[in-house]
Amino acid sequence: MNEHWYMLTLVGRDRPGIVARVTSALFDGGCHLGETSMMRLGGNFTIMMMVRFAGTTHALEQLVAGEAESLGLRLHVDRVEAGLHKHVEPDVRITVYGADRAGIVAHVTSALAEAGLDILDLISDVGGTEQAPIYILHIEGRALAGIPALVSALDIVKGEGVDVQITPIELMVG
Amino acid sequence: MLLDILKYPDERLKQESQPVMAFDDALRAFVTNLDETMRAGPGGVGIAAPQVGRFERIVIVDISAMRKLPAGSSCSGRMLLINPEIIEWEGMVMGREGCMSVPDYTGNVIRAESIRFTACDEFGQQHEYACEGFEARAVQHEVDHLDGLLFLDRLVSRRSDLFRRKVYRKKNIK
Repeated sequence: MNEHWYMLTLVGRDRPGIVARVTSALFDGGCHLGETSMMRLGGNFTIMMMVRFAGTTHALEQLVAGEAESLGLRLHVDRVEAGLHKHVEPDVRITVYGADRAGIVAHVTSALAEAGLDILDLISDVGGTEQAPIYILHIEGRALAGIPALVSALDIVKGEGVDVQITPIELMVG
Repeated sequence: MLLDILKYPDERLKQESQPVMAFDDALRAFVTNLDETMRAGPGGVGIAAPQVGRFERIVIVDISAMRKLPAGSSCSGRMLLINPEIIEWEGMVMGREGCMSVPDYTGNVIRAESIRFTACDEFGQQHEYACEGFEARAVQHEVDHLDGLLFLDRLVSRRSDLFRRKVYRKKNIK
């Protein structure tokens, strides 16, 4: 039977051992893992992973269902068109931070999208205290219309009370 | 003549290279081939002899052919560095690296921002050099190869944030 790529999503309350148990179930079931993103978000553990498997969506769900249930994780499986070795190199890194308030991500990313940013990777976090939270946003992407366009876009956002750093990523190949 | 590049997981990349003892015609012929191989690689600005299976302490770095010289970098033209010894390190900066011996992967690595080092030329004459920024990164990456180290040995988490120390870079891109 032909192998296909699936995107497997698991989310649930964080506890030690989730990754080991889920990936062991997949390995025992004959799956290969591709690129993955796994991280703790607000007390939950979130997993998104590319899984190569010679079977149906339902069969893949069945492979993990037992562990997912005993770990209290919600499971979602999509068959996807995907492949390895499709990396796109970022050429710019942007950090935005400021007092937390609704709309920071929407405003910043809208301004950047309009200025030609293709986001490849975004991680955001909330720090500070409960009384005075701060929002921190890390973005890596491609400046399709050049970095000066992004600098101009961010100058407008800066007026809204966030601090912004923008740094070219200069890839060194040796 | 183009030389074959060893690619990880080839174990030979992890071995330590030996100092060059004979500065003869055979060495100079090899250097010509090493140089040609570096320039044939996509975007390659440096190469080390062990990358082509010759385990001697020979490195070439040349960032002068880059389309745009990265901000804050020195540019010394072509440097042939035989038996290089880094004698001073200053500052720390994170940057993105790739490697001809590790295709289709790039990662963040912390390097000294400026270095001083000595090395011999192809006739055994010792010289002293000083490099900064991107060029210093390239030299450190290549000298690592001589000690059996790949940039994979120095990867830092994509969540690590040394970027904030680079605030001064803002003015360089405007």
